[in-house]
This record gives sequence, C-alpha cells and structure tokens, in this order.
Amino acid sequence: MTYSRKLLQDLYATMLRIRMSEEGFVEPILNREIRCPVHLCSGEEAIAAGVCSVLEKDDYIFGNHRSHGHYLAKGGGLKEMVAEVFCRETGCSRGRGGSMHLIDPSCGMLGSAPIVGGTISLALGAAMAAWVRGTRQVAVSFFGDGATGEGTLAESLNFAALKKLPIVFVCENNLYSTHLCIDEIRVSRNIYKMALPFGEKGHRIDGNDVLKVYEHAKQAVELCRNGEGPVFLECLTYRQRGHVGPDDNVQGTHTDIRPAAEVKRWLKKDPIKRLEKYLLQQGGFTAEELQKVQAAISREVSEAFDFARQSPFPAKEDLSSYVFA
Amino acid sequence: MSLPNRTLSYSLAINEAFHQLMERDESVMLIGQGVKSPWYVGNTAQGLLARFGERRVIDTPVSENAMTGAAVGAALAGMRPIVEHPRMDFMLYAIDPIVNEAANWFYMNGGKLPVPAVIWGVINRGGEQGAQHSQALHALFAHIPGLKVVMPATPTDAKGLMIAAVQDDNPVVFIDDRWLYGEEEVVPEEFYSIPLGKGIVRRQGSDVTIVAVSYMVREALKAAEELAQQGIQAEVVDPRTVKPLDFDLIHQSLQKTGRLVVADGGWKTCGVAAEIAALAAEKAFTCLKAPVQRVTLPDLPAPASRTLEAAYYPASADIVNAVNRLVQPCHEELALLHRVSYAAQ
Ligand SMILES: Cc1ncc(C[n+]2csc(CCOP(=O)(O)OP(=O)(O)O)c2C)c(N)n1
Ligand SMILES: [Mg+2]
Repeated sequence: MTYSRKLLQDLYATMLRIRMSEEGFVEPILNREIRCPVHLCSGEEAIAAGVCSVLEKDDYIFGNHRSHGHYLAKGGGLKEMVAEVFCRETGCSRGRGGSMHLIDPSCGMLGSAPIVGGTISLALGAAMAAWVRGTRQVAVSFFGDGATGEGTLAESLNFAALKKLPIVFVCENNLYSTHLCIDEIRVSRNIYKMALPFGEKGHRIDGNDVLKVYEHAKQAVELCRNGEGPVFLECLTYRQRGHVGPDDNVQGTHTDIRPAAEVKRWLKKDPIKRLEKYLLQQGGFTAEELQKVQAAISREVSEAFDFARQSPFPAKEDLSSYVFA
Repeated sequence: MSLPNRTLSYSLAINEAFHQLMERDESVMLIGQGVKSPWYVGNTAQGLLARFGERRVIDTPVSENAMTGAAVGAALAGMRPIVEHPRMDFMLYAIDPIVNEAANWFYMNGGKLPVPAVIWGVINRGGEQGAQHSQALHALFAHIPGLKVVMPATPTDAKGLMIAAVQDDNPVVFIDDRWLYGEEEVVPEEFYSIPLGKGIVRRQGSDVTIVAVSYMVREALKAAEELAQQGIQAEVVDPRTVKPLDFDLIHQSLQKTGRLVVADGGWKTCGVAAEIAALAAEKAFTCLKAPVQRVTLPDLPAPASRTLEAAYYPASADIVNAVNRLVQPCHEELALLHRVSYAAQ
C-alpha cells in the first residue's frame, strides 16, 4: 500500500499536535493553573488521527472523558481547546465544561462527555439522523474498554445493526478502566467480538499503527456510506499517562496499578515514533522535513497556550448565561 | 477496648461502620466501583476486601444499572447489600432498579417481600469538574415513595446512619458529600445506630431557625457564629434524613423562633428546601413571623470554571444574608408592606 505524501504529513502533524498539547498540559496541571480533571491521551493519538483522517467535515463524532485527540483530529480549534482546559471564556465550551466537555459543531465534533458510555447512543442518533435524511454522512462513537460494561453499548449495537445505520463504533482498548485491568472487568480481551452476534462487522486492529487504523477506518466508513454499516473497530492501545492527570498509575506509587515493565514495553510502541520511522524509511521524508513539521506544530501549540493563559475567566455575572429553564 | 476521645474522620467513620456491620452479619456485602481502588472512594472501603473476601466486597465493571439491580435482587434473596456509586451522577444509569423496582417492590407485592438494600451515592463536586461530575440529586430520590433518603453531616452520624440504613428492611439511599470526608470528631467505637427520621438540634437559638442538610450544616454553624456576633441567635437544625423528615423537630424550633431559613446543597426548584418550606407553610403557618428563605444552588447546571463555581455554590455568607433579610427587613420591603396594607384598606 502506498500513501500520498499529504496524507502522511497530515497524519504526522495531527498526532504531533495532540501529543504536544497533551504534554503541554502536564506542568500547568501540576502547578494548579489547570484544575479541572484532565484525562491525557498521550500514546493513543493514532486512533483519533487515523479514524478522523477518513471523515468529511460534515461527518459526526462524539467522544468521552479522554477526547482531546478526537476533537483535534476532527478539526476542532486548538486554541479553543487549550482555553477550555484552562476553563477560560474563550474555550470551546466557554469555560463552562472544562477538559471533559469539548465541542466544535462547525466541524462535526458534536461533543464529548465523561459519563461512561453516555455518548454512544448519541452517536447512534447522529447516524440515525443521517439515515433518516438519506445523506451520506457517517457518525463515529469513540469510547473505551470500560464502556463495554454499560448496557447502552449493547442496546446501541443492536439498533445500529438492525437499521444498518452509518456508524463506526471505535473502541479504544487501552487495557485499563480507571484502576481496573481489563481482565478484572471482562472474561475476554477481544472486545470486537461482542459486535459479531448483533450482525455487525468487527475488527481488532493495532491502534498504535496509524496506517492500519487509517485503512480499517477507510473501509468502515465506505461501508457505512454505502448502507452496509455499522462497523465495530477495536483499537488496541495504551495510555502512556495514568487515568487522570499526569500521574502514571505505576505499581508501587499511591495510585498503584500498572506494572512498570508493562508501561515500558508500551512506551516502545509509541505510535508517533513508529510513524516517524515509517516516514523516514519508506515514506520518502527526510529528518529535516520532519523537524520542520515539529517546529511548526510546536509553535502552534505554544501560541495556543499563550492564548489560553491570556484569556479571561468567565465573569461571575454570566453564571446563568445559556440557562433556558 | 474503647479509647476515650478517639477521633475519626467522616470517611473512616463510614469505613468503621462497614467493618462492624460485616463482622456481625454475613449477609452484609458491598458492591460498587472502586471498592478495591487506592483512591476511588477515599478510604471508605479500606481493609474490607482483605478482611471479608471478594465475594462480599466486589469491585465491578462500569455497569451501574445491572450492579444496582443485582444488589436489589440479592436483597430480595436475603442479603443486605450496599451498592456504592462513587458519584451520584453515575447513579442515573441505575434509576430503574432504584425507582421502579426497589422502591415499589414491597408495596406492589402487597407487603410480601422487602428490599433491605442500601444505595450509597457520593456527592463529589467542585474542582471545575463540571455539570456531569457535580450533581447533588437527593431531592430526586426523596420524591419517590418507597425510598428513605439519608444525608449525614458529621462523622458520628455517618457511622450511625450507615448502620441504621443497612439494618433497615427497606431500600435506603445513603448520600454523603466528599466535602465532608475530612471532617473529624470523637466517634464512639461501639456498634451503634442513629434512627432514620430523627433530626437533631446542632445549636440552640431563639431568633431564627436554620434547617441545614448535609454539607450545609457546617456552613450553617459558621453562619450562626457570625450571626451571634451581630446579636442574632440562630438555632441550627439538622434533619439527618430528608425522608422521612423530622418535621416535628423543625416545628418545635419554629415555635420558638418564628423565622425559617432552609439551607440545602441541591437545586432550588422542587428541592428539599422547597419541601421544608411547604411543610412550614402547611403545618407551622401560625408560628411564622416572616417569609421562609431558601439558600440553595441556583437552578442551573454546575459550571466548570473556578470563577463561576465560586458564584454557584452557596456558603455561610449566603445564609447570613438570608437571615438578615428576615430579621431586619430592609426599608424598601417595609415601604412595600405599607403600600400593600394601604392598598388593602
Ligand atoms: C457512568 C459512569 N460510571 C463511572 C464513571 C467513572 N469513570 C470515569 S472514566 C472510567 C473508566 C473509563 O475507562 P475506559 O472507558 O476504558 O476509558 P479510558 O479511561 O481507559 O480511556 C470510569 C469508570 C463515569 N465517568 N461514568
Ligand atoms: Mg480504557
């Protein structure tokens, strides 16, 4: 398979943009400039980037509590996202939502929310809207392995299959749900198989290989556009940071969970390093070209942080703005 | 052997209640998210898993509806489960087993089978967590016939009310507030319970009654201190359970003070404060010398930003202001009263 230079560069830029902003949050979280709960997605960028790269602007996505990557990959404004995490008036949710409530309707990002499984049926509804109207739009639901415990997932899978709705269920299986390893919440690690008995197509893919994600997502979205949805994609990945904030949840610390060796093993599978290797060895990019991309993104990210820091907090007089009942 | 003056934090008082309940009664079990986690539910569950084993202390998948239903079903089958929700917001997935099933089971089956389950939901707010991680939904449950709703304000009550809730044969919604977890006081070491439906006077006073619920008790006591410096003696009443509500105690206080401020950390419309105000109008009208005041959350979702949070959550200053509105009606209000009485002539 060969990929266009533009696609490769876009994927790389998107993943870098996500990583650099995620890591940029670490310090302000530690010094309490940022106070809202922040669930970093460092290490999981390939899924958001790969999936969203095959979507059109008017396709829909919904996210969960760990959705900085989804929002950015779909084209959500970086400055507005960073400002939202800082809970400023200029944020994408005007400082009312914080990190867990990112939205940019102008590019089809209809929202993210931290009630586990809560947005799965909303994505189902967006797919239903496209189906009712007969457009070729597709909806994507991003959720984690933890959400497989919620009944709403089974309900949504069934209805989506029943009506052949244009929805791609993207499960980011990072092997943990808060403090519990996947083996403590389900018997089988193969999540994609839960879609099969509903009559859906389901696949498990290496979620740290952005090109694999891209290929599967492309196929899935095409099927959906042709009325042959839904599709379930389980993307195996790992969060390089812990559940919430920069804490790594490594065994032996007070948030004792993950074996240090496991964390180390997964750091070696870093999706960005893997793409860089591909770009240099097979993609026809030079090291200088990659550095140029890095420098540009780094500038963009630091401008976004400056923007956020200079932005005002919402005024207390505006407490009841947007309240309609 | 009981140590004199042994202090315990609110969260450890709950933990002690579990230890004492589980060692006495094998049908008591704890099921919910985070009971084995080092951080998820504070230290409320510490030591339980190691001591009572993984059949009676169950950390669960993220499946609020089924886990709550399982607790209700286990209760029907003779257990005394406590099902824990680390945040009340997550409990909304479990509305069906709580409201349709647990609350109704005894009545709709002609009193054949009770549901001795405790549904424990934690109010966990502030910290810019936003609308889905901040809700105080006790009024929602208090609205439902067939549910008792308990909201302890102190460590001693947290322990005694948890024990009473577990021992009660009917479904009890036990609601605590993370903002109280660090409160400490002398807590009796022995196994004791505090009756559901009995309130307590936290501070005596003769000028105004402040009925405060859960976290707001602390704010009310602070407000009472400040009011005392202004020469106003506030009586603080903590109902401890919002359903059944000990209105007799509130009534007695109103007979003395004639003025009522209700402080509740939930929303205003159709909230617990509204219910208490309605009862005062219904049953204690003749004692009232002034309109009832409510100090509650404004009717809007929890905002994230710290500036908005500061304006959103009521605190002792709001209670002081409410009392002042009652005790010293401002000139405009007096003028208005005159106009109204002239108009009536
Ligand atoms: C309904 C509900 N229950 C519980 C929680 C607490 N909670 C927050 S994130 C999470 C686990 C999420 O795990 P997963 O879906 O695998 O996503 P990850 O954090 O691994 O990205 C839980 C249980 C919640 N937010 N909502
Ligand atoms: Mg996970």
